[in-house]
Amino acid sequence: MNPGMNAALNSGMAPVATPWFFYALAGLAVLSGVLVITLRNAVHAALALIVTLLSVASLYLMLYAPFVAGVQIVVYAGGIMVLFLFVIMLVNIERSSKERRFNRIWPAGLAAACALLALFVSAFVKGKALFMDRGMPLPESSNTQQIATMLYGEAGRMGQYTFAFEIASLLLLVAILGAVIMTKKKI
Amino acid sequence: MVPITTVHYLVVAAALFVLGVIGVLIRRNVVIVLMSIELILNAVNLNLVAFSRMWGTIHGQANLQGQVFAIFIIVDAAAEAAVGLGILIAFFRNKETVNVDEIDLLKW
Repeated sequence: MNPGMNAALNSGMAPVATPWFFYALAGLAVLSGVLVITLRNAVHAALALIVTLLSVASLYLMLYAPFVAGVQIVVYAGGIMVLFLFVIMLVNIERSSKERRFNRIWPAGLAAACALLALFVSAFVKGKALFMDRGMPLPESSNTQQIATMLYGEAGRMGQYTFAFEIASLLLLVAILGAVIMTKKKI
Repeated sequence: MVPITTVHYLVVAAALFVLGVIGVLIRRNVVIVLMSIELILNAVNLNLVAFSRMWGTIHGQANLQGQVFAIFIIVDAAAEAAVGLGILIAFFRNKETVNVDEIDLLKW
């Protein structure tokens, strides 16, 4: 416990979020994102997307959002990516790993994406003063409880997002029905 | 070392977003296009959670509206991935291809 760490804790800075963790995780996320869009084999691209999802979940942990990180790992990396891998194996695109990767108008797509990137860069350079960092260390231990209060309500009242929560479960029901009907051989 | 501010997370989210857009526009394989859409949704989630951290507290409690929004987006991504892959399977049963430029049955 050196006095420098004590000063950092007293001044309200986040004690556990060292910049090296951020740069490593952010670099890993962007690198595996590049791998997702350039790999030839679809299974390799799905594995690269799993690496991206896990590094983004670690970035959520750095942002004091442990519940969203847990939901991301369990639902996104553990559910949606497994669904993708099942469909890749069903569709059996062994042949497509020997075909052309990019379509014929790829320069136009790349130019449009570069224009979008230029727009983002100009927004960050010009509007840097808009994103003032308050730097408050949010308590992690009550994060799940507070999200549950917003979603489910407490003490007989409905939460702020209880209605949206019920609509989301209805959305999942409709999506399950749609997926089952789409994949039946005879409706 | 400069401390990590909100703009750092926004830059990472913007990079992931642009990579997802490039993947949607460039790749021929439909499954990889759907995976690029998941990249876009993850970039938006990272933006939301970074802003929820930036806005501090409200009524004395932590302002977690961005995180709740991110949870709803994850739910929506699951529903959309299921339906999109169902459509892909239904189409693959007819035409045996997963390339977007060969899925052109409307111009008969």
